Amino acid sequence: MMLEKAPLTFTVNDKAVAVEAPPTARLSAVLRDQLGLKGTKVGCDAGDCGACTVAIDGELACACLVPVASAEGCAIRTVEGLAGETLSALQASFLRHGAAQCGICTPGFLVAAARLLEENPTPGEAAVKDALGGVLCRCTGYRKIIEAVMDTHSTSHVMGEVRPLAREEGTESHPSHRREGIAAGKAVGVPIPRLDGAPKVLGTDAFGADAFPADALAALVIRSPHWQAEFAFGDLDRFVAANPGLVAVFTAADIPGINSFGVIPPFADQPALAEGFARFRGEAVAVVVGEREAVAELDPADFPVTWQPRDHALTITEGKSAPPLHAARAGNVMAEGKVRRGDADAAVAASFVTATGRIETSYVEHAYIEPEAGAAWMDGDTLVIQACTQAPVMDRDDTARVLGLPPEKVRILPTATGGGFGSKLDLSLQPLIGLAALKTGRPVALAYTRAESMMSTTKRHPAEMQATIGAGEDGRITGMVFEGDFNTGAYASWGPTVATRVPVHASGPYFTPNYRAVGRGIHTNGPVSGAFRGFGVPQAAIMQETLYDDLAAKLGIDRLAFRLTNALRNGEPTVCGHVMESGVGIADCLEALQPHWKRACEDAEAHNRRQGHIRRGVGVASCWYGCGNTGIPNPSTMKLGITADGKLVLHQGAVDIGQGSNTVIPQICAEALGLPLSAFTLVGADTAITPDAGKTSGSRQTYISGKAAEKSGRALRETILRFANVSSDAEIGLEGRELVVRDGAASRTIDLGSLPADGDGLVFRADESYDPPTVPLDENGQGKPYAVYGWGAQIVELAVDTKLGTVDLIKITAAHDVGRAINPALAIGQVEGGIAQGIGMALMEEYVPGRTENLHDYLIPTIGDVPEIETILVEVPDPEGPFGAKGLGEHVLIPTAPAILNAIRDAAGVLVTKVPATPSRVLAAIKTKERAA
Amino acid sequence: MVRYAKPRTVDEALGLLADGDWWILAGGTDFYPALGALPLKRDVLDINGLDELDHITVTADGVTFGARASWTRVVRAELPPAFDALKAAAREVGSVQIQNRATVAGNLCNASPAADGVPPLLALDAQVELRSIEATRRLPLADFVLGNRETARQPNELVTAIHVPGSATSGRSAFVKLGARRYLVISIAMAAANVKIGDDGAIASARMAIGACSPVARRLTALEAALVGRHADAGLLDMFDDAHFAGLTPIDDVRGTAQYRHTAAREIVGRALLAAIGANDERARAA
Repeated sequence: MMLEKAPLTFTVNDKAVAVEAPPTARLSAVLRDQLGLKGTKVGCDAGDCGACTVAIDGELACACLVPVASAEGCAIRTVEGLAGETLSALQASFLRHGAAQCGICTPGFLVAAARLLEENPTPGEAAVKDALGGVLCRCTGYRKIIEAVMDTHSTSHVMGEVRPLAREEGTESHPSHRREGIAAGKAVGVPIPRLDGAPKVLGTDAFGADAFPADALAALVIRSPHWQAEFAFGDLDRFVAANPGLVAVFTAADIPGINSFGVIPPFADQPALAEGFARFRGEAVAVVVGEREAVAELDPADFPVTWQPRDHALTITEGKSAPPLHAARAGNVMAEGKVRRGDADAAVAASFVTATGRIETSYVEHAYIEPEAGAAWMDGDTLVIQACTQAPVMDRDDTARVLGLPPEKVRILPTATGGGFGSKLDLSLQPLIGLAALKTGRPVALAYTRAESMMSTTKRHPAEMQATIGAGEDGRITGMVFEGDFNTGAYASWGPTVATRVPVHASGPYFTPNYRAVGRGIHTNGPVSGAFRGFGVPQAAIMQETLYDDLAAKLGIDRLAFRLTNALRNGEPTVCGHVMESGVGIADCLEALQPHWKRACEDAEAHNRRQGHIRRGVGVASCWYGCGNTGIPNPSTMKLGITADGKLVLHQGAVDIGQGSNTVIPQICAEALGLPLSAFTLVGADTAITPDAGKTSGSRQTYISGKAAEKSGRALRETILRFANVSSDAEIGLEGRELVVRDGAASRTIDLGSLPADGDGLVFRADESYDPPTVPLDENGQGKPYAVYGWGAQIVELAVDTKLGTVDLIKITAAHDVGRAINPALAIGQVEGGIAQGIGMALMEEYVPGRTENLHDYLIPTIGDVPEIETILVEVPDPEGPFGAKGLGEHVLIPTAPAILNAIRDAAGVLVTKVPATPSRVLAAIKTKERAA
Repeated sequence: MVRYAKPRTVDEALGLLADGDWWILAGGTDFYPALGALPLKRDVLDINGLDELDHITVTADGVTFGARASWTRVVRAELPPAFDALKAAAREVGSVQIQNRATVAGNLCNASPAADGVPPLLALDAQVELRSIEATRRLPLADFVLGNRETARQPNELVTAIHVPGSATSGRSAFVKLGARRYLVISIAMAAANVKIGDDGAIASARMAIGACSPVARRLTALEAALVGRHADAGLLDMFDDAHFAGLTPIDDVRGTAQYRHTAAREIVGRALLAAIGANDERARAA
């Protein structure tokens, strides 16, 4: 079948290379697999994401669309060709500006930007956007990328030259992190560039698909093409025998353990490989394993399986009346969460004004630029799985369960993770490649295709919500009734969390004395809905915040003032009855926005005085969000120690998926310990050697793992001070193999080499855990679901083209109370990235199962779709968080979509009740209103 | 074994096409997405060795785009204002990365209803040159693209050029693209206008085209006829009539509803017209 290989010669980064490859092989594949240049990333294999951007004879191309035959005689430049002895000015600027978060898109941006800067060393914003419009980023919101490119050749750099970092030997794929220049005990609050950033801008960071063992077998997953179907296999042995190079086919019959996984154990319901019956399109039913070239020649259509499609349900309405997908879940109700306080119905009925509405939302795809990828192999009797992930210990435990292994016989080695946003909390390929490695005894590697990633992994829940909110003549909220159904798809995943979190948060950050809210997860044969930045709260916020605009209008009160009147204050109970005596920062955020609101409203008004079809509008919305699990344990542990040869080692198990825990956690630890950041060596979340810091989810890492890091830092400091018998004011210094402790005029030197080391080689150590003090919710949802909340509010300014229904964003101003900004630069990066995702949810992102399994039909914002963002970091200290810090990661996208809808209504006079507010929907709403008038 | 050939001359390519069913590989930007992760099962004729087709030639007879001319080459070519719409469309085809590799001819051969190149080329009265080992023929673009993913190209033929006749190279033009995001977006609809204005300020000729509102982009001949003789100013939009847009058969899809396309088509055609005549109106803002 395969094309004959041909010899080809070209240059890559000025070096002549010769390869033998099929002439139609994608250049991206040849660069990565034959030349080992893994900096060129593969995100879609269709020219939709630009991650594989290279320059060919100086002109940009998506290497995934270039036949290697066309490279013959050409000069190719990849990200690996940008740095010399030191980072290029562009790379240094990316690092300095925080333009790389997860880093998977960074090589593509760098190559494209380098091409621009050759032509135009000092480009303006429009030129940067035009040049980089073909590369997608899902983390940063693009603003820092634009800044970094524009600032590359400026002379006023904040930070000094940054040297490429060496990898720490013996830590597998984990980069070491060392940095100079931050004084001991002065790490918190400093906007240092991310500590793991240099490999990201060099293109050397190893993501899931970048470190496959050379002798690994390849795997092809056979998936259901039907929404719901019975299936039966043909002669699998004959299939293997008929295809030379194949080694085996594995099905559910081969699974040695319990073929049912799930992130919430009581709800675990998803088979790693379906057992004769598939419940959604894309569900895995078999894994074909073989030599790489043999697997590449397979067409899944030739696989011996027969399908009997069955009736299916895709919408919430269909799901409610369909036979249960899971026997124990009548009416396909997977879970229901309730919060009840006071008498909401009576309070609403007696209100001076009320507002009632319905909002519908769509499936939203995480669309990280890195599809799931990893490799598995046996190390003695231990199964090692090296893959991208947000939750290594959960991966270990669930994979062990499926494969019938004790957890300690599974070792998860997280690679760099190219974005997660919630979906990489769930198992994807781990049990599949794990099974194959376990059964064959050989390494097995797999990178999902974009289509496979989109059809088989989790989504944001589509929601159908209705609510009524009442307010008194004094402008105060009297009560709220909320009901929301969430399409949770075929399996539970994080659906129970959504059902719980939504009623807890659906009031918004406002004092709501009477409240009744229900959230339900409904099974359908749609994609599995799971965790996505905010767990249902972004959907619920659209419902509540649009009704708040109705109420303000009915009361004749300014919309921001109305929110400020009702903002929750210290000492007031939340809808769960949780009273915080300090740390409630929503009013501070809204007050910070006041001058911007006034200016924005005046600007819009001035514009609208002119006639014309472009109408300007301004909208505002708020958020609150509890950090960590809801009323259940959620601990993190941080291991910190000093070796006999003077190495300060932090086992930093809080997986950094781009959000910055590899930087923020050490900053907290350094501040608590009193040693400079430059002294730290980080060890990553290898489950064999690093304690569990929990999952990267629920905006919990800065707060919970940060708190554990603070405790470990303080404990290690205490141990050293006690050993040295000095006061708590003493300063610690690490000088080679000696610890020097200075207390006033006195100084003591501890020779680390002379002290006994433990099994980990540590002479001083601390292993501290932290678990948030929460109180479980009772049957009315009353309790203390979280110990720490974060708060925020955003203003959106936009223009609506009332003839076409298109929306142009002009500016977003975001005020977020982070308690204490451990690293202000990274915090702003989170805000901008979250806003970009909120923009997508509001205006363009609609995953239609079976129809948008690619990144050209499923649209995420490009560099031209994110307007100027002004971030105001508000710091109302939290009494519980480390150095006062609160979580931020999910909060940031919650206000964006409702603020956009409110601004569209301000501009065009119509509320769009289904998101995304596509041009079609906006114009339909305008036309409906025109007809009614 | 799947065959692969990379001929160096058009004649050599035509000889191969005469003998077998080949999948033609040019810029690759539609080829690879169509292939996806599946193994290659068809014979591939790689025309990237045909240097003689990589040109844009301006003569008294008009402008000829060789079949390998990329969108970037179009953007950089020195062409009269009648080609502004085509250049504007060129800047909207995918990304710079795509424009550098993708060819104008490939955009036509791929025959997507949403192909950005088709409306401006329709408004340029473009003809498609097809060659086989036996013959060379020229088809008007409207006769070349027959339907969704369907063209008049015979298996033994190669599209060798796109020709814009000299009669169509004067006048002014504009292109308006409607998409749900700024870059890298498949059009919900797009419109092209090519207008000649007489010394009296009246429209001497108009060629208007709309895409993604029917299986194949189409000219709006009734509108064109109605425009001739009218004074070229913003008031032109007032004479737009439903009959001028008869024949559009838009569909509901993920990018927009049919109803939306009906409304939007009229609006963007109007905007393309205003931009082409240089009207002093905020709707005269082309893509």
